[in-house]
Amino acid sequence: MLQLVLFNVFNGLIVGAFYALMALGLSLIVNLSGVINFAHGGFLALGAYIAYSLMPWVGFWGALMVAPVLTAVVGLAVERVLIRRVYGRDPLYSLLLTFGLAYILEDATRYIWGAQSLPYPIPGALAQPLSTQFFFLTGYRLFMVALVGLAVAGLFFVLGRTRLGIRIRAGTLDLETVSALGVNVRVLRNLNFGLGIYLAGLAGVLAAGMLGLQPTIGTSLIMPSFVAIVVGGLGSLPGTLFGGLLIGVASGLATVFVPSASEAIIYVMMGLVLLVRPRGLLGEEGRLK
Amino acid sequence: MTRLQSLGPTALLWLVLVTMPFWINAIGGYTELASRVIVMALAATALNFLLGYTGTLSFGHAAYFGLGAYGVGMTLKYLLPSTMLAMLVGVVVGTVAAAAIGALIVRLRGVYFAMVTIAFGQVFYFIAFRWNNVTGGDDGLTGWQRQPIDLAGLRLDIQNHDTLFYYLALACFAASAGAMALLLNSPFGRTLQAIRENERRARFLGIAVERHLWLSFVISCAFVSLAGTLYALLNNFTDPRALRWDLSGNFVIMAVLGGMRSFWGPLIGAAIFVVLQDYVSSHTENWMSIVGLIFVLVVLFFPRGVLGLLRLGGRNS
Repeated sequence: MLQLVLFNVFNGLIVGAFYALMALGLSLIVNLSGVINFAHGGFLALGAYIAYSLMPWVGFWGALMVAPVLTAVVGLAVERVLIRRVYGRDPLYSLLLTFGLAYILEDATRYIWGAQSLPYPIPGALAQPLSTQFFFLTGYRLFMVALVGLAVAGLFFVLGRTRLGIRIRAGTLDLETVSALGVNVRVLRNLNFGLGIYLAGLAGVLAAGMLGLQPTIGTSLIMPSFVAIVVGGLGSLPGTLFGGLLIGVASGLATVFVPSASEAIIYVMMGLVLLVRPRGLLGEEGRLK
Repeated sequence: MTRLQSLGPTALLWLVLVTMPFWINAIGGYTELASRVIVMALAATALNFLLGYTGTLSFGHAAYFGLGAYGVGMTLKYLLPSTMLAMLVGVVVGTVAAAAIGALIVRLRGVYFAMVTIAFGQVFYFIAFRWNNVTGGDDGLTGWQRQPIDLAGLRLDIQNHDTLFYYLALACFAASAGAMALLLNSPFGRTLQAIRENERRARFLGIAVERHLWLSFVISCAFVSLAGTLYALLNNFTDPRALRWDLSGNFVIMAVLGGMRSFWGPLIGAAIFVVLQDYVSSHTENWMSIVGLIFVLVVLFFPRGVLGLLRLGGRNS
């Protein structure tokens, strides 16, 4: 029993790491630009498929490094051409725009790479189970958690220590002042969007190795990411990270005890959090808007 | 407000709606398509009660639509073969769920309100999807049919007459639209619009903002679940897609496409969207791209919708 619980807690942690990676990207964008990027799941799928196409040329490790960057470049272009136009307008329009974009991305993925699911080969060394005695765990899963940890550490380093990151954080608090101080806000928002999409692309490549490739791979991950943001705390990136891991573990545990509720439980958690603490567990006061 | 501006267009609108079953086949449509337009129009109008008049963005209305649909299907299948009872159950289930969830979310605003409505919508999707032996899971709920309605000695055989079902849907739409218009023109409706225009000022005037938002959310969802019951009856079928987030998005785009600041806008938007979707999905596999493109184009070029465009043109000239 303990074995089963441990296994599912760890599994939940992996899933939670995905949610967190997605949700961090979404949070970055919503905090600075007020746009809920519904197409985030589409970008995740795009990252996965780009990696798949690159792999014959650059191998697993090359694809892992290049694909998220290429996805981010697509993100930068999309922000420049489309997303930029809805800044400052009613959130309704950004939602509808990215909603339409999500449709287009999913359809485009299906058109280019086909509707059937594709296998995503991972290096033999990572595919080995680490220990069959205690509980089943492949090296790939451990590797994924480590990589997500690295990406998150990298993100917090960028936000905390670099000029760009400090500007992003300042812009989140007061964009007008940042603009008045001579920072090019258009470029800032563009780069911030690209950063968020980079995380989505990375999540996509990692998810491909675990789940294989399907055009709908992103759609199934985006709703829990919303939940992660709300549970963790509106406007707080550490909160988002915490929220992602928490709901991942919760749904992992639910798999043991009430398997049929493993998806629904995270929404129940969201309801509870909203009931007792509407701003989220680590959310800042006055960020309900 | 805008409803009584001119009776001419409104009369024409109703003439078109009432005669629709007689000419829709001639222009390449079919009666079911006409009924679908009406059902979606009811859903979009109900959403717009919230979106256009209260200024609150719900992206999760499909949940209550779908609850209405499942309420109907499950009542007819497991409980009693009565269409009226089934519709009642559907609306009650949808409304009760909306009341509970509404209470949790009225403190949020803007993007976060939208995000939470989307996320909560998914709960019911997963329940319908997972609870196989009762809901039929992914395959949908089958094995039931809409039943003839006995109304004061009059037997409405909607089971075998599609046209009669169309008129039932139209009657529901008319009654609901009338009720909503009445509400919007009442002091309650004016209060909602005051909150939309300036929430802080409304609060200073002593208006219980949260309670009003909650009420308008519940009312809107009640009418959406009525639309859901009709949708299930129309198809004699329902599946988890009636609850999914993409349908919520479609409701919103219908309202915006038609013009969310006018009462009849969502009806126009629903008609355009449903007919277009029907046409596109029967002509190309890549209908998703086309629908997505509609979303993008509407946002970029027609944010005021068809009626907004018409009115603007009319006023400026």
